[in-house]
Amino acid sequence: MVPSGAVEGVLPGTAEGVPPAEADDLELYHPKSWVTKYVFSQDAKVIAIQYAGTALAIGFVALVLSWLMRLQLGFPGVFAFIDAATYYQFITMHGMIMVIYLLTALFLGGFGNYLIPLMIGARDMVFPYVNMLSYWVYLLAVLVLVASFFMPGGPTGAGWTLYPPQAILSGTPGGQEWGIILMLVSLILFIIGFTMGGLNYVVTVLQARTRGMTLMRMPLTVWGIFTATVLALLAFPALFVGAVMLLFDRVLNTSFFMPALVEMGQRLNYDGGSPILFQHLFWFFGHPEVYIVALPAFGIVSDLISTHARRNIFGYRMMVWAIVAIGALSFIVWAHHMYVSGMHPWFGFFFATTTLIIAIPTAIKVYNWILTLWRGDIHLTIPMLFAIAFIVTFVNGGLTGLFLGNAVVDVPLSDTMFVVAHFHMVMGVAPIFVIFGAIYHWYPKITGRMLDETMGKIHFWITFIGAYAIFFPMHYVGLMGVPRRYYELGETVSNLHSSDALNAFITVAALTVGAAQILFLFNLFWSLSRGRQVGGNPWRATTLEWQTPETPPRHGNWGKELPVVYRWAYDYNVPGADQDFVPQNQPTITRAA
Amino acid sequence: MAVIIVFMAVIGGIVAWWLSHQRLTSKPWLEEGVIGEIPGTGASTLPAAKIGLGVFLAVVGALFAIFTSAYFMRMPMAEWRPVPVPGLLWFNTGVLVASSIALQWAVIAARRGRMGDVRWGLLAGGFTASAFVAGQLAAWQRLADAGYFVAANPADSFFYLITGMHGLHVVGGLVALGRTAAKAWDDVATDRVRESVTLCATYWHFLLVIWLALFGLLTGWGDEFAAICRQWLI
Repeated sequence: MVPSGAVEGVLPGTAEGVPPAEADDLELYHPKSWVTKYVFSQDAKVIAIQYAGTALAIGFVALVLSWLMRLQLGFPGVFAFIDAATYYQFITMHGMIMVIYLLTALFLGGFGNYLIPLMIGARDMVFPYVNMLSYWVYLLAVLVLVASFFMPGGPTGAGWTLYPPQAILSGTPGGQEWGIILMLVSLILFIIGFTMGGLNYVVTVLQARTRGMTLMRMPLTVWGIFTATVLALLAFPALFVGAVMLLFDRVLNTSFFMPALVEMGQRLNYDGGSPILFQHLFWFFGHPEVYIVALPAFGIVSDLISTHARRNIFGYRMMVWAIVAIGALSFIVWAHHMYVSGMHPWFGFFFATTTLIIAIPTAIKVYNWILTLWRGDIHLTIPMLFAIAFIVTFVNGGLTGLFLGNAVVDVPLSDTMFVVAHFHMVMGVAPIFVIFGAIYHWYPKITGRMLDETMGKIHFWITFIGAYAIFFPMHYVGLMGVPRRYYELGETVSNLHSSDALNAFITVAALTVGAAQILFLFNLFWSLSRGRQVGGNPWRATTLEWQTPETPPRHGNWGKELPVVYRWAYDYNVPGADQDFVPQNQPTITRAA
Repeated sequence: MAVIIVFMAVIGGIVAWWLSHQRLTSKPWLEEGVIGEIPGTGASTLPAAKIGLGVFLAVVGALFAIFTSAYFMRMPMAEWRPVPVPGLLWFNTGVLVASSIALQWAVIAARRGRMGDVRWGLLAGGFTASAFVAGQLAAWQRLADAGYFVAANPADSFFYLITGMHGLHVVGGLVALGRTAAKAWDDVATDRVRESVTLCATYWHFLLVIWLALFGLLTGWGDEFAAICRQWLI
C-alpha cells in the first residue's frame, strides 16, 4: 500500500501523459531470463494469464464444493462424510471463492490485464512492477485461503457474508479455530493486491491511450473494466475495514461487532458491539461488488454481440452513460441486503427506491443489446451463443431482483432458496457465461489457435440448459419456503418435503453442469497444441487487440510504432466499404470497386 | 455511514467534473479521422505517477472515511468511554507537521536545483516521520500502562486501530522516501528526483491532513458531528 512502486515503475514514454506515436521497445523492462519472462513477469499479458489460471484453478475447487453441498441437499443423509459443519464450510468457501477469488480476479486481473493495454493501444500497464506485485499478493491470498482447508477445524463455515457474532463463535466451524482468521487475512491480502492492480488499470486507461483513442472511442469492454475498477478501489476499503475489525474482535477480544453474549452457559468477554455495523460495512462493499463483476461482463458482452452480429453497437453513448450511472448508483443501494435487519422503514423505502432506479440504466443496456442483434448478421459462434445466453439469464435474474428489491416482497422471501436462485442467475451464471464467451473469443489472440468447436458446443449446451435446470426449480423451491443455509430440513417441517424430488433433480443437474466444465478445461489444454491455427484476426473484428503485428502479441504489444486510432470501435458493415469491418487504426474506408 | 457517503459524494463530484470534459456527448460513429490536435486522446499532461498517487490517495481517503463512519456508528452503543488522549499526541502532531514542512522544503529545493538542500530536506522529513511513528508507539505504551488496553473499551480499540492504521501508512511512506533518498544520494541531477520528491511530499501532506482529522476525532471534537450522523442511521 505504499506508492513507492508507483514512483519506480513509470514508463518514460508515458511520463508526459502523451504516448509517442513512435516509441522504442526499450522503454519497457525487458526480461533477461526464463524466470523474469514467465514467472516474475512484468508483462501485463503474462500477468493476465497467471491471474486467470489461478482464478480458474481455485474456481474449480469452488465447483467441487458446490457438488458436495448439492449432494447433501439432494440426498440428505446419504453421504456420511458430509455433516453439518462440513456442509457450512462448503457453502461458505464456495460463495467466497466464486465471488472474490474467481469472478473479481478473473474479470479485472485476468481480462483487465490482457485487454486494457491491447485495446487502448498501449505497450503495457503504466506501473508494470506494481502490476507484478499485484498478482503475487493475490496468489498469496489464494494460498492462505487454501491453507485454511488444512488447518485444525478446517475453513470457516460462517457463510460468505461472515456475519458476526456467529462468525467467530465456537458453534460455527472455524470460528474459534484458524478458519475465520485465515479467511480474514486472505481477504485483507486480496484487497491489498487488488489495489495495486486497480491503480494500474485506472491510470493506464487515463494516461496511456494511444493517439486518437479518445474515451468515446474506447471499446465498451474497456469502459466496463475501467468503471468496475474505480468501484472496486472505492468499495474494497469497506470490506478491508470490516475484515480488520472482525479480526480484532476474534484475536484481540475487542467488541466492535460483538454484543454481550452467553455461550454454553458462559458469559463471553464481549460487550456492547454492533453486528449491524458489520452488515453496513460488508454491504457497502458487497453491493458495488455485484457491479464490479457485472460491469466488465456488460462491456465484454457488448463487444461480443457487436462483433459476432457484424453490426455496430446500438446506442454507444447510452451504453457508456449507463455504465457510469450504474457505477454511481451502486454505492447507494447497499442496505437492500439488510431489509430484515430491523432498519427504520424509511430506510427501507429509500433503498428500495434507489434499487429500482438502478433498473433503468440496466434496462437501457439490455434493450441496446437486443437492438444490436436486430437485423444483424448473427453468426452463432460459441462466443455469440454465450452472449445470447447471458442476455436471457441476466434478464431472468434481473426480474427477480425487482421482486427482492421491494422491501415488502423481500421480507417473506428473505433467506429462502429464492434469493439463492436470484443471485446465482444474475451474478453467478450470467457473468460466468460472459467469461466463457470471452475465453472462446480471445483464446485465438492469446494462443494463436481456436478452441475446438465441437467440444465448445457441447460445453455450451450442457452449461446453458443445465444452469436453467438448476436455478429455475430453485426459485420454486424458495417460494415454497425452503430456507437457504439449512443443512437439512428435518422432521419438523414435513410440508417442505414436497420439495425433495425437485432438490434431487437440481443436484443431478448440478453434477452434470459441473462435469461439462471438465470438458471445457480439457479443451483449453487440448487446443493449445491441436487447435485450428487461425491468423491474427479470426473474427474479423475492429478493435485494436486484433490488429497486433504478431499473434500472440509479443512483449510490448506493437512493433516499432504504436497504432493510431481514426474511428470508434464498431465500424461493422459500413455502407460502401469493401469489407464488413473497418479496423480502428485504418485511416480511411476502402470502397468496394 | 454519513462520513463515507459524503466522501463518496466528493469523489463523485470530481469524477463528474472530469467526465464533463471528456466529450461524453460526442457521436463517435460520425467522427472519422484524427480528433482535434495531436494526440487527441484527451489524456491529461500530468505524469502517470502523479495520477496514480492521486487515485491511491482517494483509496486511502475512502479507507479512513470508513473507519470514521464505523467510529461514529459504534460510539452511541453501550460501554463507550472516551480515551483520555495522552498529551504526547500533541507533540507527535507537531513532529508530523515539521515532517511535512521539511519535505515541502525539499520540493522547493529540488525545483531550484539545490541538491544539498534536497538531501537535507529528505533526511529531516524521514527523521521526523520516524520520530512520529516512535512517538505514537510511546503513546500506546502510556495508554497501556494506564490500563487502557486494546480490548478494554471500544473507544480504546478504535484508538489503537485507527492510530495503528495511520502509522502503517506513514511507515509505507517512509519506504518510498527511502527509495527517493537513495536516488538523491546517487549524484543525479535534481530534475531526476524532483518528481519523486514531489510525490513523497504530496503523500506526506495528505497523511498530515488525515492525521489532523483523526486526532480531532479521537480527542472528541467530532462528537457534535457524530450527533448529526446518528440521526442518519437511527
